Amino acid sequence: MKFVDEFRDSDLIKKTAEEIRRLAGTTRHYRFMEVCGGHTHAIYRFGLKDILPENIELIHGPGCPVCVLPMGRIDDGLALAADDHVIFAAFGDMMRVPGTHGSPLEYKARGTDVRIVYSPSDALKLARINPDRHVMFFAIGFETTAPSTALTIMRARAEGIHNFSVFCNHVTIIPAIRAILDSPDMRLDAFIGPGHVSTVIGCRPYEWIAKDERKPIVVSGFEPLDILQAIVMILRQMRAGEAKVENQYKRVVPWEGNRAALRAMGEVFQLRPYFEWRGLGFISQSALRIRDLYAEWDAEQRFQVPGVRVTDPKAAQCGEVLKGVLKPVQCKLFGKECTPEHPLGALMVSSEGSCAAYFNYEHRKAMATSLSRSA
Amino acid sequence: MCLAIPGKIVNFAEDGRLATVEVVGVRRKVDLGLLQEDMPKLNDWVLIHVGFAMSKISEADALEQMRTLALLGESAQAMQEVRGYGLEEE
Repeated sequence: MKFVDEFRDSDLIKKTAEEIRRLAGTTRHYRFMEVCGGHTHAIYRFGLKDILPENIELIHGPGCPVCVLPMGRIDDGLALAADDHVIFAAFGDMMRVPGTHGSPLEYKARGTDVRIVYSPSDALKLARINPDRHVMFFAIGFETTAPSTALTIMRARAEGIHNFSVFCNHVTIIPAIRAILDSPDMRLDAFIGPGHVSTVIGCRPYEWIAKDERKPIVVSGFEPLDILQAIVMILRQMRAGEAKVENQYKRVVPWEGNRAALRAMGEVFQLRPYFEWRGLGFISQSALRIRDLYAEWDAEQRFQVPGVRVTDPKAAQCGEVLKGVLKPVQCKLFGKECTPEHPLGALMVSSEGSCAAYFNYEHRKAMATSLSRSA
Repeated sequence: MCLAIPGKIVNFAEDGRLATVEVVGVRRKVDLGLLQEDMPKLNDWVLIHVGFAMSKISEADALEQMRTLALLGESAQAMQEVRGYGLEEE
């Protein structure tokens, strides 16, 4: 692990790694899923794989909102932006994500009014200062981000701002975990729970994973020591024959979550009957739509949305990688047709997607090594 | 996507809805709407996500969070995001 000596707690990290080795033993294989894309990024960035014993395999989960967004939704959003009257506002993360006819950035180059915003409230501000235009905010994100969109919509209503709408693509993490657990080829032993999502939803929504599915889940922070400690907590549970929800990230995550944030989400959003996830297909009650009370600020209720559906290339095996059946490198397209520069599948789209993370760290490292050997 | 950036509250706007935070010397306004049940005080630290303060944290944890962002190679991205918040002129 290249960074290990740079960390404040490098001794503790080494001790924790030893404890993991001791607890894991050598007689069985473990498969843990880190749900959150931020964890995936951290695991590769810190080279955590290099200090974990070989019999602990980390499977990278569905918690990257950019990755799981179906291409059809991007096409739909950009179709609405074709009207000269419309300003298309989105987070920077969305700008390079390909739609069928190009990314938002490529649309901008062709003359569509595309703006990067860093906050939904900045999109609302765009509407305030451009009263003769309509600002459509392309909202993405899990429960971490959805409350901010909700408050922004409430504010638009309270202030009577009518030239503003939200194209809502907010998704919820629990149904995605359920879909993965329900899959017949699922082979996971435990979960590393998402950090920032849990600041909003708290730890209770995970209880069914422990109780009904008998899988440990430990909500974790993003430092190397956090993730290693979460793995120790999981292994201890498994050793004791237990399955519990535990919170390693207590310094940030309250057990009950953030009630003000949950209330704002409940006020503005309701569950969609189903929503499509790239790589996982349709999952029931897995996404949020805007309630009728706020219909005026809902781009989907206000405008005619084409409802584009784009199927992922058949050869892309994103679903199998998401469920941990295949490693990124085992997909037929990995590093060939599908790269971070030209992503074909969901998990190559964002740096937090497991294939892109794997490509950027492991694959490039392996290529560099083989090049220097052959030189 | 899911950056959480620590900032210190250095000033409250009159209506109490916004506060000025300082993140590594950069001052920007953030929205306090998600902390209505547990409002921060002056000099408290908060974690900021997409322009909204999401949770209060201790100073030690704030500094640790900054270090995490640096380790993850996301400091520059975080500062770009903070500089990008446009609520200043309201």
